[in-house]
Amino acid sequence: MKGDPGSMTVLRPRGAAQALRMYARRPDAIPLAGGTDFMVAWNAGERDGRAVLDLSAVREWRGIRRTAGVLSIGALATHAELGDDHLVRRHFPVLARAAAAVGSAQIQNRGTLGGNVANASPAADTLPALAVYDARIATAGGGGRRLQLSDFLIGVKKNALLPGELITAVELPLLPRRPDRQLFRKVGPRAAMAISKTVAAGLLWLDRGGAVRELRFALGAMAPTVARLKAAEEFVRGRKLTPALAEEACRLLDQDVAPIDDPRSTAAYRLAVSRNLLREFLAPRF
Amino acid sequence: MITLTVNGRRRRYAGPPFKRLLDVLRQDFGLTGTKEGCGEGECGACTVLVDGKPVASCLVPVCQIEGARVRTVESLGKAARLSALQKAFVERGGIQCGFCAPGILMTASAGPAPKSEDDARRKLAGHICRCTGYVHIVESLMAARRKK
Repeated sequence: MKGDPGSMTVLRPRGAAQALRMYARRPDAIPLAGGTDFMVAWNAGERDGRAVLDLSAVREWRGIRRTAGVLSIGALATHAELGDDHLVRRHFPVLARAAAAVGSAQIQNRGTLGGNVANASPAADTLPALAVYDARIATAGGGGRRLQLSDFLIGVKKNALLPGELITAVELPLLPRRPDRQLFRKVGPRAAMAISKTVAAGLLWLDRGGAVRELRFALGAMAPTVARLKAAEEFVRGRKLTPALAEEACRLLDQDVAPIDDPRSTAAYRLAVSRNLLREFLAPRF
Repeated sequence: MITLTVNGRRRRYAGPPFKRLLDVLRQDFGLTGTKEGCGEGECGACTVLVDGKPVASCLVPVCQIEGARVRTVESLGKAARLSALQKAFVERGGIQCGFCAPGILMTASAGPAPKSEDDARRKLAGHICRCTGYVHIVESLMAARRKK
């Protein structure tokens, strides 16, 4: 351990209003939810002397609530809570599966959805699930906003939050009808703790004749931010689901992603595996 | 001042609020059973229970768990009087060098006992052991379950 706890300034608000006041006065402070990402860097001695806004006592931004047509997940809800919550499991099972794939039990018990979103890691496991559910990010501070996920994530580890602004909740509009197929799949070298080489979430609605009513498919670790496969989604809409259609959708996959070679994988492998996941998801079933 | 309940005992801590739970346990409370492995939350060696749930104590600044109930490996048994789980680890070879054991014992103590070997492996997915190859650890969990 290289971090020096004595060098840290810790702001400890007791509620949401106090958190926003403190953050407005100290916009240089780093908001700390579950700490599972920040503490890794801190332990390596890379964050000494910083001010931290510890949100652990802010009750208002915890919990999961259903309101009119929307499931509102408090920014401070942990991955373990998401994976166990009956509303999330019933209405947004792909997100429940994603939350249960994050890190390990130890990480899921501390890490929060708000933290996972704010970190804006290209490989974050919950983000493809949030992307296919058309999640909105609700904020407070400086008036408060609601942003589409794609507007919130603006680059590798970069989000659209302004100084003094904090995530309060992630809102998921309830789906008008249950998808005919749903997918969450993480590809990494080990079941626990692996950072994904590619991570996919998919929803598919078919009509009675076997044509695609709607496809939503998102990939993580394939671009600077999570990517919805807009070209493939648009192409398959209204067409009969056949192996040839699936193949064409797979060909179009690279229109919306830009994978790279890095220590975890190669661009070629990521593309090949992502295409396999999409092909399998769209394959005819009997 | 931060107040915690550690292994059933109320403890006060008055040092820097950003000190890691791991270091507060070892340095301030003298509970050196909890070990630091990777310091990145990857290996599970430093796992303790906070309000009954396994967490990596190397990733928790103590200010974040004010008022919480913490359980460490010291709560399980004493050398002369081991818990059923600890005995199973000794008898089945679940312990070799022993460095990962305090964390694994705490995760194994949390929640319901595993229903199957697969379930035990899933439960321990956040732990790394470099000695045993895991087989004896999984057998230890299953053996302790039968004794309950």
